[in-house]
Amino acid sequence: MTAQFPRHDTRLDRFVDRYAARTHGMKVSAVRALFAVANRPEIVSLAGGMPNIKDLPLGDIASNMASMIASNGMQVMQYGSGQGEPRIREQICDVMALEGISAHPDDVMISAGSQQGLDLVTRIFCDPGDVVLAESPSYVGAIGTFLSYQAEVVHVPSDESGIDPQALRETVGRLQAENKRIKFLYTIPNYSNPSGITQPWERRLEVLEACRELGILVVEDNPYGLLSLDAEPVPAMRSVDEDVIYLGSFSKTFAPGFRVGWVLAPHAVREKLVLAQESATLCPPVFSQFAISNYLENSDWEGQIALFRDMYRVRRDAMLKALADHMPSGTSWTHPIGGFFVWVTLPAGIDTQAMLPRGVDARVAFVPGAAFYADGQGARNARLSYCFPPADRIVTGVERFADVVRNELDMLNIFGVTAPAKHPQTSGPGADIY
Amino acid sequence: MTVIVISGGLSHERDVSLRSGRRVTQALRDKGHHVVEADVGPALVSVVTSTPDPVVIPMLHGGLGEDGALREVLGLLGVPFVGSTGSASRLAFDKSIATKVVSNAGLRVTRQVALPHDIFRELGASSLMHALGDQLRYPLMVKPSRSGSALGALKVHDQEALATALVGAYAYGPVAVVEHFIEGTELAVTVLDEGDGPRALPPVEIRPTSGIYDYEARYTAGATRFVTPAELPGETLKAAQDLAVASHEALGLRHMSRADMVVTEDGTPVFLEANVAPGMTETSLAPLAFDAAGMKLGQVFSSLVDLARGDR
Repeated sequence: MTAQFPRHDTRLDRFVDRYAARTHGMKVSAVRALFAVANRPEIVSLAGGMPNIKDLPLGDIASNMASMIASNGMQVMQYGSGQGEPRIREQICDVMALEGISAHPDDVMISAGSQQGLDLVTRIFCDPGDVVLAESPSYVGAIGTFLSYQAEVVHVPSDESGIDPQALRETVGRLQAENKRIKFLYTIPNYSNPSGITQPWERRLEVLEACRELGILVVEDNPYGLLSLDAEPVPAMRSVDEDVIYLGSFSKTFAPGFRVGWVLAPHAVREKLVLAQESATLCPPVFSQFAISNYLENSDWEGQIALFRDMYRVRRDAMLKALADHMPSGTSWTHPIGGFFVWVTLPAGIDTQAMLPRGVDARVAFVPGAAFYADGQGARNARLSYCFPPADRIVTGVERFADVVRNELDMLNIFGVTAPAKHPQTSGPGADIY
Repeated sequence: MTVIVISGGLSHERDVSLRSGRRVTQALRDKGHHVVEADVGPALVSVVTSTPDPVVIPMLHGGLGEDGALREVLGLLGVPFVGSTGSASRLAFDKSIATKVVSNAGLRVTRQVALPHDIFRELGASSLMHALGDQLRYPLMVKPSRSGSALGALKVHDQEALATALVGAYAYGPVAVVEHFIEGTELAVTVLDEGDGPRALPPVEIRPTSGIYDYEARYTAGATRFVTPAELPGETLKAAQDLAVASHEALGLRHMSRADMVVTEDGTPVFLEANVAPGMTETSLAPLAFDAAGMKLGQVFSSLVDLARGDR
């Protein structure tokens, strides 16, 4: 019967032997697939990093944008400058001044979200095999970008105040002894994604001093800086060092759908970034730039950020209280003073990636910690976000999460598993999770 | 007639199910059918009962879709649907039960045990795992009893890895299957019954480039080489097809199923598991068998829809 059929021999991708080596890590993963369930209403998702934008004045924004199109449609829907539109670059300098940064609009380049800014920075600095230093843990989207350029990501040991300057010196010394080329240190000093940790001012100065001594360029990513929940924001590292490359974003302080971020960089770097931007997109999204410029011009955007802070503070407090009330002994977590995330550390032996399906069955989603490392660490960690679900759902989600952890601990006790798991880095969990 | 393709659901395989559902939907629309897509949720029963002249395709993987529950409801509502009945699905979905049924029919299966996690607590995990290694012999395959897409499945070579694999499998459900891992050629054989009795399509040989046909190898295009019909002697292919049809019949399945098996070095096909809702994604095995048999996805499902509706 079978003999009558001609033989088909396929890998289901006729281009499979033609892809660049940098794509070899781009694979689907079971963890990524499990997040498909997280968007269902039955699931309390403590996984997503989406800002809660439901309190934005949508009516005002709509009418302002309608006016913008009616009065200036020919310009806002046309190609624009590769560097970004002049007016929004001026306004961005005003935004950055709130965190102590003095900058000139000529040194600002607009990007399609700060994620694209990071991509372009990596593109102009990193050759395959170069080293990027990152906090421990670090942003999953950044790790993915660095790996896509075939850079080696080396995590610098960090403590409750962020990067450990002495460990930074030791790491750099070791890498230099191995003749590795270190291109930059990537850091999120404010309310880091995923740890929620904030580097105090003194620690920032120590890290900057170490980097100056060691000749290491610093890339400061600051998407959450204005979302401080307990005190005024700590000044940015860029405020005291003009060599720092600074990444900013409107995704968390306004809305991510516009995809507008920026890079502030020294003149020569900025010139290369603009050329790279032109080869990537010709110009960043013009319509979005004008829309945000319009919003900054005509809305009480600082008042809106204050509302966001109040809303996120309630949610942060709900999560921290629920964790204190429900988590089993032997667990710990960070206490963020801003941003979106709490980083949970569970007893040794727990593998949060292996535990995720148990979470899905219990109707709670979280991000396993291994996603935030390039070197297999993080198995006993999880990132919980409080940005999107309302406070009562957060409490329900933490209760479920605590039950999941208890059940997993029970399993580990039965089987006597105490060895830490290690996971290879796989493709990230998806844009709504980042 | 309206075809309702149900996909998604709350199982661990939601993503795969959505992809299968979209593909089947498009294929049927291309054939001129009126198709609506539905997810599992509180509105589903009213969607099904309020649709005039419905035929349902449960394109759900794992959970309610494959364990028979949704099919029981469809049967209760008197709504025609494509695929096996609820009771047959329940038998087939649980790997340990399906293996027993197939074995009782005189077919070759791998030696396995199905164990709830409580038994390890009661008897002591260390001694029980020791016994598993002694009796079944390493390497062992550990997998959740009721799951698909290789989720939670792991090949292990020692007791330490066995413990970790069991913890991982129990994250997907309360019962895990532990079986001796059989080296050989991995095959997937799709069985189709368009009203004239079940027949096996050309066996698909699976050659993952990583050596392991795990989730990544299943759903990353290019990560696995598929050869259809498998590069095996004609009599071996015939034996594999016979095993697929025999297991389909032993489990009481209808319309379509897929048997996964391994062919040992001596050319004997050994049954591993049956699938009542085979994947229909761009990288799934059943569509490869359709292609090799000169059939199109839309043609197959169109025929099964007619069959389910009783038009034939």
